[in-house]
Amino acid sequence: MIRFGDVLGLADDALIAAQRLGEWCSRAPEMEEDIALANIALDQLGAARLLFAYAGELEGHGRSEDDFAFLRGDREFRNVQLVELANGDFAVTMAKLLFLSAYQRLLYDRLAGGTDERLAAIAAKARKESAYHVDHSSRWVVRLGDGTDESHRRMQSGVDAVWPYTHELFEGSSADLREPWLAEIDKVFAEATLTRPADGWAPTGGRRGLHTEALSRLLAEMQVLHRAHPGATW
Amino acid sequence: MTTAQVVDLVAAVRDPELRVVTIGELGIVRDVAVRDDRVTVTITPTYSGCPAMDMIRSDIEAALHAAGFAEVAVDTVLSPAWSTDWISEPGRRKLAEAGIAPPAAGGHRPVSLSLTVRCPRCGSPDTEELSRFGSTACKSLRRCRACLEPFDAVKTL
Repeated sequence: MIRFGDVLGLADDALIAAQRLGEWCSRAPEMEEDIALANIALDQLGAARLLFAYAGELEGHGRSEDDFAFLRGDREFRNVQLVELANGDFAVTMAKLLFLSAYQRLLYDRLAGGTDERLAAIAAKARKESAYHVDHSSRWVVRLGDGTDESHRRMQSGVDAVWPYTHELFEGSSADLREPWLAEIDKVFAEATLTRPADGWAPTGGRRGLHTEALSRLLAEMQVLHRAHPGATW
Repeated sequence: MTTAQVVDLVAAVRDPELRVVTIGELGIVRDVAVRDDRVTVTITPTYSGCPAMDMIRSDIEAALHAAGFAEVAVDTVLSPAWSTDWISEPGRRKLAEAGIAPPAAGGHRPVSLSLTVRCPRCGSPDTEELSRFGSTACKSLRRCRACLEPFDAVKTL
C-alpha cells in the first residue's frame, strides 16, 4: 500500500534537486554543461510534477502541484537532506547527482514493477531519464577523479563532504537498495581512483520534516514570487 | 468528418520543438475518440518534463476548433512509456533531412556496444558526442569528424 507521505517524499526529492541543479544555469564550467544540468533539472521537475499530482489525489484535500511546491514551510517538506545541501563546487554537485540518480534509478526500477499502477507508470517514465543522469554524473566523477592532482583532490573532497547524507536514502522500505547502490557507486569510484569514505555520522530527519538551514534558504528563493503574488500567472 | 479524418487532423499537428515532424510521426498520439462534436485526444509525453507538452495540447485544441469541434479535451497517459522506437520511418527520414540524426533502434533493450550515429549531412559514421544533452531534452549534440559540422541527434530512449 503506497502512502501519501511516501509519494510526497519522492516528489520533494525531485523538486528540490531540480531547484538546486537549476541554480547552475549560466554558471556551469562550460556551455554544454549548462545545458546538460538544466535538462536534468527539467527531468527532475517533470517527475516531481507527476508525483505531486498523484500525492494530491492520495491526500484528497484538493492540493495542487503549486500548493505543494510554493505554499509549504520547510517542516512540511519530506525530501532527504542530500538534495537540499548547497551546491558547493562542481565536484560536490556531481557527487550529489551521482548518489541521488543511482538511488532514483534503482527505486524507480522497483516501483515500475510494483502493484500501484499510477506510480508504476510515473516510475517507468522517470527511470529511463534517471539512466541518463547516472551516466552523465558518472562520467564527470571519473573525469575529475582520474584527472589532475587538483581535480582528484576536489572530487574526493566533494564525495567525502556529502557521503554522510547518503545513508538517509536507504531508511525504511528502501534499505535493501543500498547494496546494489553501493555496487554501482564502487564501480564508478574504482574507475575514478576515488576512495569510498568510511561510514560514520549519518544525519537524518528529512523524511520527517527535519531539515538543514540550506532548505529554508532554497525555499525562500523558490517561493518568494508565489507568496508575494498569490495565484499569479504569466 | 469521419473519425479517420479527425485522427489524420490530430496526427498532422507539428511538434513545436522538432518542427519538421508531426506529433503523429513522433508517435505521441495514443488515442482519438470522437463523439458527436466532442473529441478526446490522448497523448503521451516524450520526457516527463518536456516543456512542449502545453503547446502541443493547445495546438491540438486549436486545430480541432478550427475544424468545427466545439468541445475538445486532451488527456495525457504515461504508460506504456514513450520510446524513440515509436518515431515512424517517414519521421526518421524527415529528421535526417533536416540535419537531425534520428535515434538508434531498440531504446528499450540494453545494447552492449555503442552504435555509431551517422552525420545527417555527409553520412559519415565518424562522429563524436559533444554533449549528452542538447538544445532540448530529447536531443544530444554531436560533431562530424569528416565534414566537421556540428549536429543535433535524437537520443535513444
